Parts: sequence; C-alpha cells; structure tokens
Amino acid sequence: MSTLEVSPVESQPGQPSKPVVNDFSIQIATVNGSGSQTANSVLMRSLFQMGIPVSGKNMFPSNIAGLPTWFTIRASKYGYIGRRKEIDILVAMNAETAREDVMKLDGGAAVIYDGPLKLNELRSDLHFFPIPFDKLVAPVCPNAKLRKLVRNMIYDGVVARLLSIDMEEVYKALVKQFGERKAKAVDLNWGAAKAGFEFAAGTFADGVPYRAERMNSTAGKIIIDGNAACALGAMFAGVTVVTWYPITPSSSLVESLIGYAKRFRHDPDTGKATYAIVQAEDELASIGMALGAGWAGARSMTATAGPGISLMSEFIGLGYYAEVPTVVFDVERVGPSTGLPTRTQQGDLITTALLSHGDTRHPLFFPCSPEECFSMSIEAFDFAEKFQTPVFVMTDLDLGMNNWMADPFPYPEKPINRGKILTAEDLDRLGGFARYKDVDGDGVGWRTLPGTHHPKAACFTRGSGHNEKAQYTEREDDYINNMDRLVHKFEVMRQHVPEPVVSLAEKARIGFVAWGTSDYAVRESCDQLKAEYGIEASYLRLRAYPFTGHLLDFIRRHERVYVVDQNRDGQLLGLMRLELDVELIAKLRSLRYYGGLPLDARTVTDHIIAQEGK
Amino acid sequence: MSATVTPPPKKVNHIGLEVLQYKGGKTTLCAGCGHNSISERIIESFYELGIDPYTVAKFSGIGCSSKSPAYFLGLSHGFNAVHGRMPAIATGALLANRTLMGIGLSGDGDTASIGIGQFMHLIRRNMPMIYIIEDNGVYGLTKGQFSATADLGSTLKSGTPNNLPPFDCCALAMKWGATFVARSFSGDKKQLNAILKTAIAHRGLSVIDVISPCVTFNDHEGSTKSYAYVKEHEEVLQELDFVPSFEDITVDIPEGEVMDVLMHDGSHLRIRKLQRDFDPTDRFKALVALEEAEAKGEILTGVLYLNTAKPTFLELLDLTDEPVATLPEARVRPSRTVLDQVMDELR
Ligand SMILES: Cc1ncc(C[n+]2csc(CCOP(=O)(O)OP(=O)(O)O)c2C)c(N)n1
Ligand code: SF4
Ligand SMILES: [Mg+2]
Repeated sequence: MSTLEVSPVESQPGQPSKPVVNDFSIQIATVNGSGSQTANSVLMRSLFQMGIPVSGKNMFPSNIAGLPTWFTIRASKYGYIGRRKEIDILVAMNAETAREDVMKLDGGAAVIYDGPLKLNELRSDLHFFPIPFDKLVAPVCPNAKLRKLVRNMIYDGVVARLLSIDMEEVYKALVKQFGERKAKAVDLNWGAAKAGFEFAAGTFADGVPYRAERMNSTAGKIIIDGNAACALGAMFAGVTVVTWYPITPSSSLVESLIGYAKRFRHDPDTGKATYAIVQAEDELASIGMALGAGWAGARSMTATAGPGISLMSEFIGLGYYAEVPTVVFDVERVGPSTGLPTRTQQGDLITTALLSHGDTRHPLFFPCSPEECFSMSIEAFDFAEKFQTPVFVMTDLDLGMNNWMADPFPYPEKPINRGKILTAEDLDRLGGFARYKDVDGDGVGWRTLPGTHHPKAACFTRGSGHNEKAQYTEREDDYINNMDRLVHKFEVMRQHVPEPVVSLAEKARIGFVAWGTSDYAVRESCDQLKAEYGIEASYLRLRAYPFTGHLLDFIRRHERVYVVDQNRDGQLLGLMRLELDVELIAKLRSLRYYGGLPLDARTVTDHIIAQEGK
Repeated sequence: MSATVTPPPKKVNHIGLEVLQYKGGKTTLCAGCGHNSISERIIESFYELGIDPYTVAKFSGIGCSSKSPAYFLGLSHGFNAVHGRMPAIATGALLANRTLMGIGLSGDGDTASIGIGQFMHLIRRNMPMIYIIEDNGVYGLTKGQFSATADLGSTLKSGTPNNLPPFDCCALAMKWGATFVARSFSGDKKQLNAILKTAIAHRGLSVIDVISPCVTFNDHEGSTKSYAYVKEHEEVLQELDFVPSFEDITVDIPEGEVMDVLMHDGSHLRIRKLQRDFDPTDRFKALVALEEAEAKGEILTGVLYLNTAKPTFLELLDLTDEPVATLPEARVRPSRTVLDQVMDELR
C-alpha cells in the first residue's frame, strides 16, 4: 500500500518542467451524503486565504445520499473563476465513477485516490498518489461512526502537501467552517488533515507539477453563494412578506433569508417580527400570497425555479394587468419538466419574459455575481413598486448555489422608494383619484392601499377589463387604451432598468452578447481568442430585459454578434428577434450550451473558431 | 320669514354611517339569484354592527358569486383574484396588513373544485377572515355544469343526473380544523344575519356555506339546490340571536334552554336549540349530525361548529402590532453595522 506509484514526470511530452503556479483545477469525486462538503469548502477557503482567486462548483445529483458528486475548485492567478473543463488534480473517492473520471483526464494530470481502487493500472501517463484512507483515519478518529465524515479531511492534507498549501490556512479555514464553539469537530478534522499531510510528506518524494503560492488578490473579499446574496438584498430592501414553496435550487435563498431575518428583523423593543415568511402549499399559492401582500402595500417576494414559474403563470398575468408589485426570484435549473433539477441552465428566459396568456411582458433583472445579486435585489423591490408590476430576478443554480468570491456589499445609500401611493390626506387635497389614469405621463397610475381611511380611497382590483377608474368594462376603446398605456409603461421601464456592461475591443469585427453566469466564460474566452488566435471580440453583458438602446448600438458596430445562451433553443436570441429590426437580426449568431454544467471558456472559444474559420 | 325645514334625521349606526354607505355597485347578476340576497345580508350585518368599511378588504375568486363583492361595501377595497385562488390573495393581504378585516366570496365551483387545495390550507392556517361559499351546486358563470357540491342524483336542466357524491364543504372544513363553520340559506334572512355577525366577531376563520339557488341553471324540478327543494328539506338547528358588545343583553330567557357563547370581541351569540340535542362546540357530534342528516336527505342549517380558543395564523407568526406593509424604512432596513457584521462573518 505504501509503495511509491508515481510515474515519471520529466518524460511527459509537453509537460512544463517548472511547476505551474496558482493556475490549476482540482476535482473531488465523491458520493453525496458522505460529508465531503466540509473538506471541499476548507480546501477552497485555504486557497482563498492565501490570496489566490478561487471558485468552487458543486455538481451534485438530485438525491439525498449515495449518488456521485463532483466538486471542482479552480485557482487562477488571472482571476478567472468560471468553470474550467480540464482537470489537473483528481481526488477519486468514489469507486463507482473512478474509472471514468480517470479515463477523462488529460495526460499529465495527478490522481489522488483510495489505495484499494488500484487506479494506477488504468493509465501510464498520469501521476498516481494512492492513499490508504481507512488505515489513516482509524487512529485519528476513534469513533467509528464519524470516520466516514472525517476521512475526507485526509485528502485536504494530501492536496495541501502536494500543492504546498500552507497547513496554517487549512486550520484557519476549519475554524471558520465550524465556528469557535465547535472545537471538538475542528480538532477531529484537523487530526485527519494532518495525517494526510504527513502521509504524503513521508511517501511521495515528487509532488505534482502545480504549486500554490501566496498572492494578494483576495484581501477583504467575502465568500458567499448567490442565493444568500439575494436574501441579504431582500432583507436590506426592507422586504416584509415572503412566501415560498421549496424547490431546488431556490430553497436556500429563502432559508438564508429566514436565518438573517430571525437575527436582524425583530423589533428590538418587543421582539416581534417586522416581516412574515410563509411556506405556502404550492407555487399557485405562493405567488398569490405575494401579490395579495403587494396589493396591500407590503414589499413582497417569492423565490422559485422553472416548475414553479410554470405554475405561477396565470397569477403573473393578473399581477401585470391589475398592476400589482412583487418580486419573483427565479433560480433557474435544467428543464423541461423535472429535467435535471440539480444542474444549471438559463432555460426560463422566454417563458418568464412573456409569462401568462394574452399580451404580457415583464421586466427581468440579470445579476451575474453575488455583488449584483445583492444590489439588483434591492433595486428590484424599488422597481416593482415604482412601476407597480411583478419583477423577476433571474439567476441560476450555478450562481445561486455555488460559493463565489465577492467584494463586500456596499450599504444601500438610496432611500427606499415605495412608488406612487396616495394617503387619506392626499385624497383630501385631490378630491379623488383614478387608479389607472396616466397623470404623470410615465404610464404609472397612483394607487391607494386597503385600510386607507377616506371615502374616495376604495378601489376594486380585478383581472377583468377595467377603465381608468378601475371600473368593469368590455368596451373596445377602454381595453385598447389600457393595453396601450401598459406598453407605454414598459417603454418607460426601458429607461430605468440596469444598463448593460459594454467592453469594446478596438478593432473587433465580432462581439458577444450574454447574460448572467455566461459572463465568466465569455470574458475568459475573449482573452483566449486574443492570446491564442489574435481575434479581438467586444462584449456586451445584458443586465436586464427590456433591452436598452445600448444593445442596438452594439450590434450596429459589429459585423457579427454571437448571442450566448445556456439553453438549447437560443432563448436570448429568440427574445431579441421579437424586438429587433431585420437588419440587426441578420447579424446575430447563436452560441448555445445546454449540458447542465456551468458554461466554460473553451467551449465558447472553440465555437467561435469553428465559425470564424481560423 | 318662512320657517326652516329641518330634514328628518338620517338613520345611522353607532359609528355614524348610513346603510347607503355599506352598499356597492348595482348588481349585474340575474334577478332572483340567491347571491344577491347574500350581498344584502352582508350590507345589513356590517351596517348594524357598525363595522368601519375602510378597514374591510373584500376578496373573491371567479364566478357569478365571486362578482358579488362589487355589489356591497363600496367604500372598502376589493380584489377579484383568479379562479379558486382567492385564499392566497387574501392571505397575502392580511399578512401585509393584519388590521384589515377580510371577507372572501367564493362559489361552490371556485371552492370545491379548482380551489379546494387553497380552501383547505386557508382553514389549516386559521387565517382570520370570513369565507363565504355561495353554493348553488352548479357553475353559474359557465352556464350550468355540475359542481362538486351537487348532490348524487340531482339533475341538470337537460335532465342529466349527477352520478358522483358531493363534497360537504362544512363537514370537510370541520375535519380540516376550521374554527367557525355554519350553513345557511340565502332565503333565511334572520339566520344568515346572525351567522354573518358571529363571523364578524369571530377572531379566526369563519366558513359559511350558504345554499344560494341559481335561478337560471339550477332551480328546476330534479335539482336539490332549488328554492323549493331547499325550503322543503331544510332542518334549522337553532334560533340564533347575536348580541353585539355595544348592546346590553335584555332578553331574559330561562337558564338551560339557551347556550350563550362569549365571542372574542365581547359580543354574545345566544343559541336556542330547536328539535335536536346539538352542541356546536362538539366537533365530533356535529360531524355525526351532518352524516345523519345526509342519510335522511335533510339540509342542516345553523351554527355547526364554533371554537373561540384556537390561535390564528397571524398570532402564530408573532408579527408587529402595526401592519408590516407600512413600517417605516428605519424598521425594515437593518443598519450599516448589521451589514458590516454579516460581511465580516463571510470573510
Ligand atoms: C383557470 C380557469 N378555469 C376556468 C374558468 C372558467 N370559469 C369561470 S367561472 C367558473 C365556475 C364558477 O362556478 P362557481 O364558483 O360555482 O360560481 P357560480 O357562477 O356558480 O356562482 C369557471 C369554471 C376560469 N375563469 N379560470
Ligand atoms: S347564472 Fe345563476 S348564479 Fe349566475 S347570476 Fe344567474 S342565477 Fe346567479
Ligand atoms: Mg356555483
């Protein structure tokens, strides 16, 4: 077992003789429910604490225990935190997938594995590091029941040794993971990490051709998942009614919010809650409750994923037509139907933009990072009340559930904007109001809240035809006037949605348009295209729907524009087709990925090269 | 000079409002529709109890019945939701503003078919509001198809008999944990008035199933929801007297004959038993009575069940006393220090 099984490094063709510093990816293959999450987070955090930009991506099954799971950690001194397809170091803990995992590796990669799996027999062009996990865990974890969990920490120690990760940082990360109060858990896991480290130190003379070295790119940064960032945004936006029905990958958004609200949203004097969070019976109810609350003046929200969006359709039409504010978080996953519930996709774009029957159109916000999850969530609540309509914050499983490095969130400086609400005093002054009359020219009428103590305050909200005074009508002119005002309101929203982020390359003939988490792959691909092929590409990242004039200008400037979609049918391109002129549409090309994993730069680059013929 | 003519003093309730101020728009339902009588009873009971219409919020689903909130309490806000999903809208609104008094209007189609799930969960939560089912055994608005409350063997106008058993929304409501359950008949003014007043005084959810004949699609011979059939088969359980908190109890009735229920707001419901030994605080017996009545083809009306002790959902949530909807920014946006603390924890 303790035999050295490292294949010769120097003789590998194309292998760098000097180790690659701070540019590698580690994949840990386990089964879910085996408690590897702690070990994975600690490993990622250790690199982060050394100042190296990192990202962690969890590829997990829709199952509670026993199916394969992969966790990938990417360290990049260049700051690339998108997914990278190539794996440099594999930690093979899952007997079931080990063979396939090993066969997929590029030559020269390192494999840390459970000794009895004998993976070294599979290939001769890899570096193999067999570890006797069971033998090492027994002495450091006397309680046999805990061994399954603690065992994982051994690979942290091995990896730390092979990559020269400072063990001091591993310890600090463990304390962070468990908190100061769980000293026993820290000790137990630390013992296992040390055992792995010492075993590797005493057994493997050569390391791997990769090295972690301290740098200074993460100082002050935080690590957070997008769902928690959205939850914090909602809390600081002053959300007061939250309704939801559990569904992956959105559940942890509300669960984070429950945690934060319990700590920070109870009245200091009475201890009473300044919010209500209600687990509804289904999404038909959760959206109804959110709309009822928005109608009664609350800042309301719900969070869901594709299947829930489908169920919410009819109510969203009511919200649009009766003009009721609420915020819907859609953390997208792979559809259709149950699809791949634990994989990522941008599959709800068209459905959501046009959700419900009849002529409907909804504003969508597209955060791509935790920072934007926070700031755009706050903005979404203001926007919903300002424009009296449901607003969707679209994220995906990759952003929502994976841990990301981020800059600390700035405190919201803008005061909360509750939109156009008339009080009893206003009504005294005005002598009355017409709920759906466009008095300000922005398409948005003034509303009164139920409970307003005034004889002119009452108003009957309905999804059936209504005139300016909210009275029932089936008249052709009333219907058309109202629908045209709604179009006008949408046009005004266009001036107020978050603007795209544009980066123009000097001599670029081609450009990219993308949204959300495609950002990381596209930005890295722009660099690859330039460095490897001498191709310049501009890039516009959409941050909202409706589209703004920036998009039109961007398309005009370029010969061809690649529209990046993480879905099969090119939904963003489809949505653009609905709105753009033919000569602009003619310039658009579709770049699609829909395998359920986060988009990676190489996929984008390869596609461009195939199309651009270099 | 000529003497000034003083108009006769207007009749007002104890908060100084006339009955006119409790009315709504002109009904667009068929003449003779039971739903219109229910609207009248709502106007009457809210007026008589002097409920501040500005604090009331009206909710409904979709159907002829669900249109009726437009025809009463015109000074109150209303929200006509989607088919079968009024409970969600009402729940959200009451979470946002717990000081509102909610009244929901639904039909038997709206409640017992498409909306049965939300109806169950509204009951389970004991959301403090009034929930009225205007029960005619058919879908009025879509022109006369059977609903899930149609009795076995009851026929459509075409003569087609219903071959599925009915849901008894009252029995189901009791089973699911409702705290006030009553059944009435749109033609029984006095009983419905007392039941509505009790519902207004009740602090939890009130489920009131009112048999409300559809004169256009379900009032023929062969229908078990026609005026004639209901009049003939109704078994009135009790004589009800509602004594509001602002009135003294004057009527002296000998002990033992009358059950006096003290409501949460200080008013009293005085129940005089008729015919049978029926105790509306005993859920099990009430369920048995409903089963027996069904077997005999009788329609029991009156207060079926009343429980004034169970906490409401709003109480369980431990919300601030003021509506959360309109709390000022300082109370809903945590401080800069809180954000700093959270950021520190994430480093
Ligand atoms: C989602 C949906 N499905 C179907 C309908 C059509 N629809 C309108 S009212 C109604 C039935 C109403 O019956 P009920 O609730 O008993 O009310 P009534 O008209 O009898 O008072 C139906 C099926 C609808 N409006 N929405
Ligand atoms: S169709 Fe029936 S339920 Fe509808 S208004 Fe007419 S009588 Fe009433
Ligand atoms: Mg009906």
